[in-house]
Amino acid sequence: MDQALQHLVNGTVLGGTYALLGIGLTLIFGVMRVVNFTHGELYAFGAYMAYGLVALLRLDFYLSLLLAALLGAALGAVIERVLLRPLRGADIDSVMLAMIGAALVIQNAQMWAWGGVAKLVPSPFAGTPLILGPVSVLPLRLFVFGVACALLLGFWLMLERTRAGIALRATFQDPETAALMGVRVGLVGTATFAIGSGLAAAAGALLGPVFMVSPTMGDLVGLKAFAIVILGGLGNLPGAVIGGFALGYVEEFGGGFLSTEYRDAFGFLLIILVLALRPQGLVALKERVG
Amino acid sequence: MLTRRTTLKTGLLSGLALPALSRAVRAADPIKIGMTQPLTGVVAASGNYVANGAKIAVDVLNRAGGVLGAPIQLVLEDNKSNPREAVAAVEKLVLRDRVPALIGAWSSTFTLAILPKLMEYKVPMVVETSSAARITTSGNPYVFRIAPTSEMEAIGFAELVDKYSPAIRKIDFLSVNNDFGRGATEKYGAILGAKGIPTGRVETMTPEATDLSAQLTALRQSDGDTVFVTTGVEQLTLAMRQAIEQRLNKRIVSTGGSFPDALIHQPLPGGARSDHVLFYAPWFPEQALHPELARAYTEEWNKHGWEFAGLTEGFRGYDAVLTVAEAIRLAGRAESEAIREAMWKVNIPGVNGNIRFQKEGPAGRESGQNQPNVYIVRLADGKTSLV
Repeated sequence: MDQALQHLVNGTVLGGTYALLGIGLTLIFGVMRVVNFTHGELYAFGAYMAYGLVALLRLDFYLSLLLAALLGAALGAVIERVLLRPLRGADIDSVMLAMIGAALVIQNAQMWAWGGVAKLVPSPFAGTPLILGPVSVLPLRLFVFGVACALLLGFWLMLERTRAGIALRATFQDPETAALMGVRVGLVGTATFAIGSGLAAAAGALLGPVFMVSPTMGDLVGLKAFAIVILGGLGNLPGAVIGGFALGYVEEFGGGFLSTEYRDAFGFLLIILVLALRPQGLVALKERVG
Repeated sequence: MLTRRTTLKTGLLSGLALPALSRAVRAADPIKIGMTQPLTGVVAASGNYVANGAKIAVDVLNRAGGVLGAPIQLVLEDNKSNPREAVAAVEKLVLRDRVPALIGAWSSTFTLAILPKLMEYKVPMVVETSSAARITTSGNPYVFRIAPTSEMEAIGFAELVDKYSPAIRKIDFLSVNNDFGRGATEKYGAILGAKGIPTGRVETMTPEATDLSAQLTALRQSDGDTVFVTTGVEQLTLAMRQAIEQRLNKRIVSTGGSFPDALIHQPLPGGARSDHVLFYAPWFPEQALHPELARAYTEEWNKHGWEFAGLTEGFRGYDAVLTVAEAIRLAGRAESEAIREAMWKVNIPGVNGNIRFQKEGPAGRESGQNQPNVYIVRLADGKTSLV
């Protein structure tokens, strides 16, 4: 029972960060119909920015996290304007190839800039865990989970309660009609890619101090982000959150009680199951009529 | 100082460069030595350390005149912590750069992937790190390993096991799921088992894994008192940090020569301590078999301003270059087959200890295996001590 409780806490903390990863990816797909292969690299970019700002420039830890996310959003905006905007209307293969190329360029640029050796991001949190009965968790992990939840909530409020959110949702549902209603669809595209990239960079900046920062850290994360999005249903925002937590729990409980050797495989087994039994994902999008 | 330098020239170089010094200075084409290491990817820290060690050995040798009157050129290729890339790197080194000898490839998985290519191109390779037994027992006469096998390591550790207080009674394993990790688990388990120390739980992790909470929570349930961790520097550091979070209140011993240098600058809380099976302990060069050589290597490394703890792995590259250069000198020419034959005559001092090869594997197709030294270094509160 103690072990199960610990796995539950671990899975929840992990799931929160997975949700953050998934939501940026699914947002970009939902609004722009672009499969963002740079997502993992933007995650690594955020982590490196946090490292540079905290460890090298000695800036405040919390300010550095914010700046890292904003820099990630700025990089996303540049990618959209320079790479995706000229490809608007191009076939999906061309866009995918361009995004794969961009991912390779970003990863190699980071390798060139920072070297291949992993870095540790210093954090102001104590290294000793908080102990609640049979369960223990690091304060840093709780902070990361809290910020991830706050970002998810803030993002949801932005979507539901602001004019920008309405414009974004309108473009998400029907870009042509949204354009006819006066929504600046081009600007929404740039903003969407910037927000999605910023969320990926925020995840990297938050998890950099928990793990270590290396140029290839985005590889596995990018793959997992795709797994989360497929689990929840492509382009489905609540689905990404549910998919993130589902993956976190499956990995944690599968690894803890069945086999750690196949820990990563459990998540992908779940995807196979979902695709076989519910191809639209765990949370189905409402079909557009007309 | 002068006396020490003189000693170094005789001890360190072991005649590698002195014959060359006696010759008239002339322009000569450099002699290439190929090296493939994981310079990027999940075990990049270790690969970079080894590559740095090789670079300073080349500098030292070239300052003393090179070998056979020619300077040595290190041709370094990144295998990106990936066995497929390791094979591609060797293809490039042999076919395009025409290197007559190789050094590589850090992980046993990368090295095992390369082995058929050595047979195909008939190029000898000094294996500087990999520990899987199969590397020298599969009948590949082009392999010469200066690193210890997992079995040698485990035997070395078993000799010191009685020094532990409280005694080690039951062991668990947390190993990377590849030839390196599985090999260490098997050999340490068997050799400590023969000393009456049973194995409890065995947990594995993929080389890319960063969140090890499931493994560590599972290990916490075991009644073992000591966890052996086998993986690269990055994952070892993560495992040790996350062990604190998961309250894994057990002794941690790392194998394979990996050392979590980041934990010197950012020590683990609560006075946590860990032991590390290393093959060079740079904090204690006087304990090396050849202290002068060890100090010279350490000084060269420090001149570059590289991370001090990287010395624990950098020596592998240093010793590997000394070995290949000596084989070239003994061969009298930089040709692969001559170098391979000369490897059997190599007998030089290295940072780890003496380097000379014994035959291992099927008769007629034996590989060379060196008998290195093993040290156990304790890390507590950012400070190191020898066990």
